[in-house]
Amino acid sequence: MTARAVAALDDFAAEVGTVGTVAVEGCRTRWSAGGPPEPGARLVRAPEGVLEHRPEEMTVRVRAGTAVAELHSALAEKGQRSALPERGGTVGGALAVGEDDLSVLGRGRVRDALLQVRYVSADGRVVTGGGPTVKNVSGFDLPRLFVGSLGTLGLIGEVILRTNPIPPASEWLSSPDADPFAVAASLHKPGAVLWDGVRTWVQLEGHADDVGAQARALETLGSWEPASGPPEVGPHRWSLRPGELRGVPDRIAGDWVASIGVGTVFASEAPPLRSLAGGLGRLAKRMKAEFDPTGRLNPGRHPGGGI
Amino acid sequence: MATVGRRGSLFRLRRAGGTPVGPDGALVAALAGALSPDRVRNDSAERSLLARDASVFKGGLSGPICFPTSTAEVQAIMRISLAYGRAVVPRGAGTGLAGGAIPLGAPVVVSTTKMNRILEVDLDDRVAWVEPGVVNLDLSNHLRPLGFHFAPDPSSQQACTIGGNVANNSGGPHCLAYGVTSHHVVALDVVLPDGDVVTLGGVDPEPGGYDLRGAFVGGEGTLGIATRIAVRITPNPPAVRTLLLAFDSIEGAATTVSDVIAAGIVPAAMEVMDRLITRAVENFVHAGYPDAAAVLLAEVDGMEAGTAIDAERIAAIGRANGAISVRVAADDEERARLWKGRKTAFGAVAQIAPSYYLHDTVVPRSALASVLRSVYAIGEAHQLTIVNVFHAGDGNLHPLILFDPLEPGVLERVHAAGAEIVAASLDAGGVLSGEHGIGVEKRDYMHLMFGPDDLDHQNRLRRAFDPMCRANPGKVIPSSHSCADIQALRSVPTGVWG
Repeated sequence: MTARAVAALDDFAAEVGTVGTVAVEGCRTRWSAGGPPEPGARLVRAPEGVLEHRPEEMTVRVRAGTAVAELHSALAEKGQRSALPERGGTVGGALAVGEDDLSVLGRGRVRDALLQVRYVSADGRVVTGGGPTVKNVSGFDLPRLFVGSLGTLGLIGEVILRTNPIPPASEWLSSPDADPFAVAASLHKPGAVLWDGVRTWVQLEGHADDVGAQARALETLGSWEPASGPPEVGPHRWSLRPGELRGVPDRIAGDWVASIGVGTVFASEAPPLRSLAGGLGRLAKRMKAEFDPTGRLNPGRHPGGGI
Repeated sequence: MATVGRRGSLFRLRRAGGTPVGPDGALVAALAGALSPDRVRNDSAERSLLARDASVFKGGLSGPICFPTSTAEVQAIMRISLAYGRAVVPRGAGTGLAGGAIPLGAPVVVSTTKMNRILEVDLDDRVAWVEPGVVNLDLSNHLRPLGFHFAPDPSSQQACTIGGNVANNSGGPHCLAYGVTSHHVVALDVVLPDGDVVTLGGVDPEPGGYDLRGAFVGGEGTLGIATRIAVRITPNPPAVRTLLLAFDSIEGAATTVSDVIAAGIVPAAMEVMDRLITRAVENFVHAGYPDAAAVLLAEVDGMEAGTAIDAERIAAIGRANGAISVRVAADDEERARLWKGRKTAFGAVAQIAPSYYLHDTVVPRSALASVLRSVYAIGEAHQLTIVNVFHAGDGNLHPLILFDPLEPGVLERVHAAGAEIVAASLDAGGVLSGEHGIGVEKRDYMHLMFGPDDLDHQNRLRRAFDPMCRANPGKVIPSSHSCADIQALRSVPTGVWG
């Protein structure tokens, strides 16, 4: 680690300090996720910058305040990408929210992409969890605990993410009459299969010959036309079992797009709040109390509480 | 008291031998009352058998051994043990290589071997619910007719259990493209150390709250005991190509691995074996391996065209790095034979030496060749033979230090060589363990990779699950950062080695 990189994290730690409530601000892409931060919390920003992309290791070290778009354009120069969502704001925000990309079947899940996390703890220290390699079981899995934790356990400053090669060919198609479940079952490793109750979108990825062969095979399941990309989707995420998605039209009002084979439904309406009852609730409270005993990190936010 | 049938009669025969009396009499009686008498063992011979797992470490005599058949029984064991002030250690097949399952401080042992049912396979959700004692390979064999498999495939997959895979976040050759166990576990029913039963994660993608399932996987039995596990099932690929490349230097194989990834290819697996191990394997299973300084077993899978193209590109990259032969498996039978060589490598070592210590570190792929040179030099310096068979695609080294346990003083040299291998891997930017875990083996190396604050936070995660430090104490977290109430376990007990 270079002196400059250490200094950026130390500066962030100094900014977070040790007293008073703080909330991290990125691009405010999912500002109300899990509830808006309590008024009065001091706003802080994580440092920015892509530090080191190592394509042969399939890793990138990047500061949390960096825009996802900036990270992805740096990775694309070497033919790679990450699991972070294209519609994410900052790297740290995307990790704290834990929302997957629409093409999660091809890109993988955000929870599987975070190899190492360096964060500022509630008592103002810089703490490292995980390791720099793609495979690592050295100690407990702090990185996974932090994905989706909405900055309530520590404030993410810098991370190492797993990267993946961008497939040689990629093609979006859409159909007004195909059964999305039959489509998903017929494809080996599509990038995405999306359904809004009427229309189905498919992203085919791989070598050009395979993409062409899969596109031809799809013709038996409906009529298809090229699409420029995925459809526009709403800001809210419902989480259903993949096997429950057929029932979405009876379950979710307003506009929605379901990710077939995954279970995420992107919707204009917010899902009902889930409560963590019983032993699970007690465990979650103990975890919060261990990492942030005074509740100063992002007060007001509750992981699992909607958008 | 549970029902007493024929099993009860068997137990009475054992009891006639005077088994359950002794200092743990009341504890054993309480456990037997909650389970059934025949599923609680306190025979000292059986207890001493469990002092070991597949590692080179030896624990103390365990406490009573329980064989529960349900979540409720595991919960009862946990509560009774807590009431008696005893720690609890879960145990699957005992194939762990870091001493994670060995007993320290006479804990109650919870064997999962009687919880071995595949409960449900749901093709719509693409998950299988299993009990923790299901053997890894049995699950994949069960799924094969349905066109699916369970992706993590440790070398011990014929014996190791899914519960053990969860505890160790196990890997295997095919984790290069498919990811390790944590990628494939979606939900778990867990008995927490305080006796609470919780479901962590869910079959839906974002079950809400902290990712406690992610935190639990790889917990090495220190966070609770999983009693039902939902794993993602992976569709079998339509096309597979398996290649065997031979090199006249191990650097050639290592550089090929790095170059393949840099070229944008992510094979399903890339395994390297050095000359000594290749010869032993060839002699053992006649897999058709050439006699070369190193062989690289590479596999690509996916759609037909891409698989063929990637196989050709890997062959070309290998030739550019000095491959002296490239063979592509012509059919499934030849492919199975090539893999059999790799999967039986550890057994084949018995031809070279009576015992071995299998190490596990990860280094950046680009550092593979230089760290391997260091590993061989460390062996020479300690007059030990070290052979290498490893998951090269992940940078996951598996040096085997060969030795004869009857040779006086050899264990100290083996230990010293192991410590130097760990140091060399960390110096190269690597990590302590890729898939075997920390257990007792690397507990006291944790400070080489993590600072005091880092270890303090890992311990906080652990304390949230287990505030009383009752689940597998003395493992993973070094003693100076671990729970305060286990003073007795502050150092690895005398005699643990060997």
